[in-house]
Amino acid sequence: MIERFDPLKGERLQVLDEAGRARPGLEPALAGEALRAMYARMVLTRTADAKALKLQRQGRFGTFASSRGHEACQVGAASAMAPGDWLFPYFRDFGTYLTLGYPLADYYHYWMGNEAGLRTPDGLNIYAFAIPVASQVLHAVGAGMAANYRKLKVAVITTFGDGATSEGDFHEAMNFAGVFKTPNVFLCYNNQFAISVPRSRQTASATIAQKAVAYGFRGVQVDGNDILAVWTAVGEAAAAARAGGGPTLVEAYTYRMGDHTTSDDAARYRTKEEVLDWEKRDPILRFKSYLKTKGLWDEAYEAGVQAEAAGAVEKAVEAAEARPPAKVEDLFAYTYAAMPPSLRDELDDLNAFLAGGAR
Amino acid sequence: MIMTMVQAINQALALEMARDDRVLLLGEDVGRDGGVFRVTDGLVDKFGPERVIDTPLAESGGVGVAVGMTALGLRPIVEIQFMGFIYPAFNQIVSHVARLRNRTRGRFPVPLVIRTPYGAGVRALEHHSESTEALFCQIPGLTVVVPSDPYDAKGLLTASLRSDDPVIFLEPSRLYRAEKQDVPEEAFEVPLGKARAVREGNDVTVIAWGAMVPVARKAADMVQAEGLGVEIIDLRTLSPMDAATVVASVKRTGRAVVLHEAPRTCGLGAEIAALIGERALLSLKAPVRRVTAPDITVPLPKSEDYYTPSPERLARAIRELMEF
Repeated sequence: MIERFDPLKGERLQVLDEAGRARPGLEPALAGEALRAMYARMVLTRTADAKALKLQRQGRFGTFASSRGHEACQVGAASAMAPGDWLFPYFRDFGTYLTLGYPLADYYHYWMGNEAGLRTPDGLNIYAFAIPVASQVLHAVGAGMAANYRKLKVAVITTFGDGATSEGDFHEAMNFAGVFKTPNVFLCYNNQFAISVPRSRQTASATIAQKAVAYGFRGVQVDGNDILAVWTAVGEAAAAARAGGGPTLVEAYTYRMGDHTTSDDAARYRTKEEVLDWEKRDPILRFKSYLKTKGLWDEAYEAGVQAEAAGAVEKAVEAAEARPPAKVEDLFAYTYAAMPPSLRDELDDLNAFLAGGAR
Repeated sequence: MIMTMVQAINQALALEMARDDRVLLLGEDVGRDGGVFRVTDGLVDKFGPERVIDTPLAESGGVGVAVGMTALGLRPIVEIQFMGFIYPAFNQIVSHVARLRNRTRGRFPVPLVIRTPYGAGVRALEHHSESTEALFCQIPGLTVVVPSDPYDAKGLLTASLRSDDPVIFLEPSRLYRAEKQDVPEEAFEVPLGKARAVREGNDVTVIAWGAMVPVARKAADMVQAEGLGVEIIDLRTLSPMDAATVVASVKRTGRAVVLHEAPRTCGLGAEIAALIGERALLSLKAPVRRVTAPDITVPLPKSEDYYTPSPERLARAIRELMEF
């Protein structure tokens, strides 16, 4: 399927049109239960995200990077992953985390200001998301090289925004991936903005997908507000990776519906009209329309999904807020495998001060 | 067996790679070429190109992919051709290598070793003589190791390769072939985090590492003729530092000189002087002295000798301390 859409010719994979109708010949053979599970993940992501923004305004959450508008990209990609696959995400990957089974309470715990929430549970192959832009793309390639060395049939997926494609690490990663034919899927959430700077200021390339051509592998642009397009492209790229077919760059063309983070005000650099135009293309609405045509959606189902998401979110907030504050020891204990004497002295000094030992 | 530091490092790499198939080596020219200093000579023949990997020419790339390898349980070694070229990888080292263990509360430690030749004295081009170890000592989570002779090079590197923490392993290029030493054939570890008195004396403590240790020895010989006993502490691990050994020695001698070939300001000498001030002030008979490179860019070879501390400069500082 990917080969049929050439980014150099301006072709973009879209399975669902803006009204949610499947294009002939492109509709994947997904069971109703799988489709509904994807929808429920999108709703959970949107609900959990909205709650995070609310908590931030109330001072119960730290600075937060909203994923609103990225649900098709994130849930679609994660739904296309197989057990054993790895994810090297970045800081705007809420739906990806949740779809892979990362505990919501842990995710909240981290953004509330505690590192403990970023400890991926054992058995879950999600590397800690990167905050320095594009640096994780190299990690994913290294994991791909390790998978090749160990002869593991796994795909290593990494995500990043359009701004990341301007960073040197992105290019070094793409270059290594081409040379070593790594089992990577590079998934760019092209959401049109790196904070305030538009996509047109990041690259003069007509598409991001076409950059893959120069590195010796394939790239495809997909409609990033169409979960089935993302699922199809990432699924096919991941299957190729597992089968030794090398890397693929997938550009998901989407829009950041919210601010960059809670510290940002997007009204400074984009118009209301533009945002409203993209609101109409909301990835959740589009998928809902599709489910409706498939007879998989009605009001009662929607109410159930919404209630389930709201319940999960409330429970997670409660659990995260109930966790005890980090111990001072924890701040020191993970700097080295074993605490060196110099660090022990510093910890003892801080503890003595906290215990009122200072004169 | 009598060997150079280059041979000692090569042996440590070969022995550990033979023992543990999680260990891989990657870098520029490390394969067929055996590295520009021939440190990895022959390893690609022994272990194959899957384990001795010539990478594209990209330092951030080399370190960045090594981080990803650790996620899948490998223990990579990255060679950076010269310390002066490590800076493109600085973001990966500071933002990821050093802190992933902490960020993930232990789920994703980064057991990798970054080896790089450092320092002046080999009449090299610009950017090939850097000694910027202090940049790395400032970063929590890193272990910074510098050997000063073939025996320690082999033992410290073996310990570094077996460490579960990331190690910046700095190889003094001017000592690569400067002296030979009897080094055991088999693998052995010299513990990380432990300094060593390489010479004992009662009058002055000189704290040095890497290529400055032989300079300290020469200076010690010079002033010994004048009746002065110099104790030389080879730090070996710069960070986390073995403060106890330094402090104990200075408490005994009452005088200290820190010797380093890095520029003075915010060099490790400042940290050591502060440490001595905090823990051994009342034992001091004179202020702590620093003998270092000046705060200038490393000059080209014709002027290099103005830059690098010499035994004569150290000897003068020792005499001045005695006369304080």
